[in-house]
Amino acid sequence: MAKVMTSGGEALIKALADENVDIIFGYPGGAALHIYDAIYQQDRVQHILVRHEQAATHAADGFARATGKPGVCLVTSGPGATNAITGIATAYMDSIPLVVISGQVPNHLIGTDAFQETDMMGISRPIVKHSFLVQKPEEIPVIVKKAFHIATSGRPGPVVIDVPKNLTDPNEKFEYKFPSDLYLRSFALYDEAENSEVKKAVKLLTEAERPVIYAGGGAINSNAAEEIYEFGKLMGCPVTNTLMGLGVYPASDEQFVGMLGMHGTYEANMVMHEADLIMAIGARFDDRITNNPNKFGLQAKKIHIDSDPSSIDKIIDVDVAMTGNAKKVISQINKELKAMNFDNKKFDGWMKKAMQWRAEHGLNHNMLDQKNPDDIILPQQVIQSAYKATHGKAFVTSDVGQHQMFAAQYYHFNEPRKWINSGGLGTMGFGLPAAMGVKFAFPDETVACITGEGSIQMCIQELSTCGQYGLPIKIINLNNRALGMVKQWQDMQYGGRYSSISYEDSLPDFIKLAESYGHVGMKVEKLSELESAMEECFALKDKLVFLDVYVDPDEHVYPMLKAGGDMSEMFLSKTEKTFE
Amino acid sequence: MNHIALLMENQPGALSRVIGLFSQRGYNIDSLSVAPTQDETLSRLTMTIGEEGADINQILKQLYKLVDVVMVQNLSEADALTLELAIIKLNKAKTDVEDLLNNYEFEREILDEKDNYTVFKVLGDTQEIEQLLSELKKEEFLEVTRSGTLGMTKGNESLATNDQTKISYD
Ligand SMILES: Cc1ncc(C[n+]2csc(CCOP(=O)(O)OP(=O)(O)O)c2C)c(N)n1
Ligand SMILES: [Mg+2]
Repeated sequence: MAKVMTSGGEALIKALADENVDIIFGYPGGAALHIYDAIYQQDRVQHILVRHEQAATHAADGFARATGKPGVCLVTSGPGATNAITGIATAYMDSIPLVVISGQVPNHLIGTDAFQETDMMGISRPIVKHSFLVQKPEEIPVIVKKAFHIATSGRPGPVVIDVPKNLTDPNEKFEYKFPSDLYLRSFALYDEAENSEVKKAVKLLTEAERPVIYAGGGAINSNAAEEIYEFGKLMGCPVTNTLMGLGVYPASDEQFVGMLGMHGTYEANMVMHEADLIMAIGARFDDRITNNPNKFGLQAKKIHIDSDPSSIDKIIDVDVAMTGNAKKVISQINKELKAMNFDNKKFDGWMKKAMQWRAEHGLNHNMLDQKNPDDIILPQQVIQSAYKATHGKAFVTSDVGQHQMFAAQYYHFNEPRKWINSGGLGTMGFGLPAAMGVKFAFPDETVACITGEGSIQMCIQELSTCGQYGLPIKIINLNNRALGMVKQWQDMQYGGRYSSISYEDSLPDFIKLAESYGHVGMKVEKLSELESAMEECFALKDKLVFLDVYVDPDEHVYPMLKAGGDMSEMFLSKTEKTFE
Repeated sequence: MNHIALLMENQPGALSRVIGLFSQRGYNIDSLSVAPTQDETLSRLTMTIGEEGADINQILKQLYKLVDVVMVQNLSEADALTLELAIIKLNKAKTDVEDLLNNYEFEREILDEKDNYTVFKVLGDTQEIEQLLSELKKEEFLEVTRSGTLGMTKGNESLATNDQTKISYD
């Protein structure tokens, strides 16, 4: 074979192509210019110019969440690198595979406080799965290969590659070799679970009286939806998903009791509280789920499947720990359950109990039928209307706040990877750039960003990127004229002292703003006009529509777990609660 | 007191990743010693964490998760030897130092005497060394440098490396 000679910059882009990367999100600058020149001279890898590096990381992240493939972004040194940090942390907290390439000042300037120098390895260290500082241009292909392997395997996560500028010099060429094998010392990956553990788990599952299946983001990461559905059917017991796991078990299935946790449904939280067996799949018992861990699941034995051994026994001690790939481990369990012809009839009463809880205090999914005083719109109705207009088929990205919780509660996700939100870090500003990443991955699918007027302003500049690349995203802005979730806490815990949650009269006219970027803006203030506006918004197939919906500013998200309580202790409305 | 032994890639950045797991939790590392092994691509590290109530098992798992970390062992839970070296300088004549050290069992050696300053080394377990140091605190002049605790398991248990994991692609 003929030798291929490349510069470091060319090698980097060529290695991305060899990793089957079609698209990267980024923003140029001095230290990355050699790389950008290499991008210009090829057309295999498409570069998307965002308007802020945070958006590059979120877009790559949205792409990764929707496709299951790693997202890639490219930023320059110094401010480019620091702007990327929030997005890297967001991906880290939700275990999303990202490869972030950052330019660095030339080697001979590192450590001299050179122009646009920051220690990217140091700054990003606690929020990456791993990072590489390139030392020699020849090692670029191997580092790229390692970075993709590390980012995507086991518990996925972001990997940073910091590339000093001199190593991408177009005048210094070397032989390009993309490795066919990789050597990583003691890089433990867990696949199937030990048979003895499978047996123990099956024993607990079949001997239980009140089991619940609790699946999270890890189940989506390992593409375990099919296996979990089969498992759910074999068990015939209640199934709940975390905020990160929504869609991994179909929301419209009769065994699905909704999301659990802080703003989980009454029935999901009650099921968790009363269960005698909790089967956790790719979920990590975080504090938004368990409420007070000392009062969590006291009656329950626990089985935990996770690809990361450090997630097991971290917050809650479990009876059976299964480190492995959720898809494979659940198949192992399903096989055993089928082999023994397990009869799940005995859980019928328990399933009925769950449905009884739902009947008592479940969410009302038919709020579109109700009329409100002054024709005011409730935020829940906006989600229900969006669900109806999209037939539940859209990719939905979200930001952080009340609107996010309403979207999680009321848009029923029947498939994994359709609900895309920053659950772990809770990053306002995530929704719009994440939607861009999804839209690039699935240009023919409907992509909606359900946001709030606070969050959308954190990455609003991306309306320009959407214009440049023609991304007909639907932005559904639940405009309550306040940092609603903060206001809710101030209502409930700070005697209604509204500290810094209002913009007074300074909110922009979102319609004109959208129009100024070449998009369509629409405003709705009356419930009677909501559904027609929503239909119109989604019917405009090739336009980005900013649908600014004025919603009741006083609405709270319920249920809400009582701080420090157990999972049965919930506020159900402004006047009702389950505890004294 | 927990003594942790680990093998990691002998590379820039590896040590800071290890240490970051402790500083992030607000844990102080009481002692730390690192040096390359017979395989110069690997460093071996022993560290001591005194923190009461530290969740060592969680940290061991997090350490093992680091890509640069090849092996981890909790020496405190194994049948292990631990040992520390201290080099000490006192403003005393050699003979006075020898007298002083007679009360102790550990290995010692006088390394140098100059201008009535004597440098000596002691090799022993950490507790013994600390006992000596608390006695020496009353001295007007005292300079100490310690290796930190070093450790190794007895018998056939070892912190040997796994071979490189080969990851092939089709
Ligand atoms: C970057 C960032 N800063 C601050 C917060 C804290 N925070 C959580 S929700 C929220 C209010 C969000 O307001 P808005 O986007 O209007 O949503 P709403 O709750 O009103 O639906 C704030 C400030 C955050 N999550 N992210
Ligand atoms: Mg708001």
